[in-house]
Amino acid sequence: MVETSQAAQIANKWRKKRGSLIMALHEIQDVKGYVDWQDAVDVSLGMGIPLARIYEVLTFYNFFKLEAPGKAVISVCTGTACYLKGNDKVLEKFKSELGINEGESTPDRMFHLQSVRCVGCCGLAPVCVVNGKTYGRMTPEAVPQILDEWRQVFKEN
Amino acid sequence: MVKLKIDNFDVEVESGTSILDAARKVQIDIPTLCKHPDVDPSAGCGMCIVKVGGRIMRSCSTPVAEGMEVVTNDAELRETRKTVLELILSNHPNDCLKCARSGQCELQEMAMQMGVDRDEIRKILAPSEKDESTQAIVLEPAKCIVCGRCVDICQNQQNVWALSYQNRGLATKITGANDTELANTPCIKCGQCAAHCPTGAIVEYDDTQKVWEMLKDKDLFTVVQIAPAVRVALGEEFGYDFGENLTGKIYAALRRIGFNKIFDTNFGADLTIIEEATEFVRRFSNNDNLPMFTSCCPAWVDYVEKYYPENIPNLSSCKSPHQMVGAVAKTYYAQKAGVSPDKMRVISIMPCTAKKWEIHRHESMSSSGYQDVDVVLTTRELAKMIRQAGINFKGLPEEVADSPLGEYSGAATIFGVTGGVMTAALRTAYFYITGQELGMLNFAEIDGLDGVKVAEVDINGTKIRIAVVNGVGNVEEVMNTIREAAANGEELPYHFVEVMACRGGCIAGGGQPKVMMHNLPKPWGINDEIRKLRSKGLNDEDEEAANRMSHHNKSIKQVYDEFLGKAGEGKAHELLHTKYRQRDLYK
Repeated sequence: MVETSQAAQIANKWRKKRGSLIMALHEIQDVKGYVDWQDAVDVSLGMGIPLARIYEVLTFYNFFKLEAPGKAVISVCTGTACYLKGNDKVLEKFKSELGINEGESTPDRMFHLQSVRCVGCCGLAPVCVVNGKTYGRMTPEAVPQILDEWRQVFKEN
Repeated sequence: MVKLKIDNFDVEVESGTSILDAARKVQIDIPTLCKHPDVDPSAGCGMCIVKVGGRIMRSCSTPVAEGMEVVTNDAELRETRKTVLELILSNHPNDCLKCARSGQCELQEMAMQMGVDRDEIRKILAPSEKDESTQAIVLEPAKCIVCGRCVDICQNQQNVWALSYQNRGLATKITGANDTELANTPCIKCGQCAAHCPTGAIVEYDDTQKVWEMLKDKDLFTVVQIAPAVRVALGEEFGYDFGENLTGKIYAALRRIGFNKIFDTNFGADLTIIEEATEFVRRFSNNDNLPMFTSCCPAWVDYVEKYYPENIPNLSSCKSPHQMVGAVAKTYYAQKAGVSPDKMRVISIMPCTAKKWEIHRHESMSSSGYQDVDVVLTTRELAKMIRQAGINFKGLPEEVADSPLGEYSGAATIFGVTGGVMTAALRTAYFYITGQELGMLNFAEIDGLDGVKVAEVDINGTKIRIAVVNGVGNVEEVMNTIREAAANGEELPYHFVEVMACRGGCIAGGGQPKVMMHNLPKPWGINDEIRKLRSKGLNDEDEEAANRMSHHNKSIKQVYDEFLGKAGEGKAHELLHTKYRQRDLYK
């Protein structure tokens, strides 16, 4: 039997219902956490919808993630307080250390970098959050240390 | 019919008409940057606002209603339109001097019309990266005003689905799925996006410099040829009316630019008909992979290779006319003229952007050992070269092409119009089967701008069923008919199918002029009225031609006698036929 992907199975389920592209994409993201190129191709073949249209929907809604987020999601706050306290430089340091832009993940899928607007602890500004753990009074110099800390965590697990 | 008042003028139009179209009936030209008769209204640009009962509405997408009172022109509307335009311009590089569309740009024209005299809105510009991956069409998103014409054409009219809107708001970009560059999408390079783009965001890939370099090199021997559709469109660039046939002046211009020999793709069209009619008669009598599809249109060939790979055996194996001219020029003619084929350069002037891709599409495009055609220029690029050379086109005398690859029949010249290839092929196929000439040389059923045209031709009691597809977006219907008939074990619905990717045929190709004629109603560029006028230019030439049959072209006979041998065999087959391969939609 030919192995079918999760996306192909979901596409097949929604195939006969008109106007259900977005439902199928939602379900794939629910199951996998993201909808990548191969998923979109599977949906295109399974539902008979051109890939161009699928990506029109995927890129219109910020909700959809187009690639697997990293295991460690780094949120750098760029709300007013954190920004004024220099978190833009911290964000730049994360970018250069990881070689990725905001909204992207490292090729090994270990880290995903995003900027967020206020995490609700402006007293600690500038603030970063990694998988729920908060780092206050951030400096660019602290960035390599934090990355090493999480690399260690993933190594041990 | 619906009666309404526009600026106090009484107007009566059919129900369903937009306010924009109704206003044109009373000589009111409401400004718009996105509405085009070939596409559905998108209400994208916001320029066409009017007041209906005091409320501001977009006239392109608002249908008329009985008793409606419309105001198209007051201080508030004028000021709002100007602001809308200034907002569009704040997102536009405004580098008109360096833009391929300068002088033929609807945005530039609109800025002039609206009297834009300030530049106060903070600029937000997209990065000015170009997508030149196809080497046929260039996408420059920074110049895009997101009118949506190209997306509608690519998706809904052509059914190609290469272009799409990606992202939203200010980040909206016209590009392939997930920002895939065009060469790696289903794009068939038909260039209808470029033909409809109001700005310089989508234009042809410019090869003029390459040709100037060849002309400069005295070691090279340059051969140029013009496609049928070029002769009835180039004049628009120099102030002639639509459809005026200027073959003689174009030859004269090409000679003055400095090409060594002036040949005509129409010679190649006659050659194509000899090969294609021979192929059809053989395939018809052997019931070999019918229906046979024409193969002159490279965008259609690309479409089959991508969307209908299972139908590749149905394509005629004939190369397209300009490729045949190239192949014969670098072999037969080179020998005759004593020119080394590796020093010969063949330049084709085409109404088409896909032809730029075709010259590299398969290794058989160099089956003589030399690439059949070296460079393809669009009609627009030829106009540019004529201007760069300082030639007064209107004042040129009418000259003739060089011999022998310059002679052509009326059948050849109609290759540029939907239905023309089929008509030309039937004239010759009829002669091959019956030994007699067709009584009526035209087939009214396959004339005109309908999407799918069908007819039945009686050849000595045998009925040949034909279909002509006008615009590649209409091919699905014909393919489904063929597929269903096969599934139900029914008789083959068609024996011979012509497909031209662009609506109207090559006369409305992606490389044709897009001139703003101020004595004509908008929109400028391309519309059905222009398609009909250009078609008429070619059809008239056919009707007035002394010879209207490819098989009576004396130069063609000479080339077979002296060089090619028998049609469809040996050398003719090796030089004039090609192969196809399946292509992925995405790479």
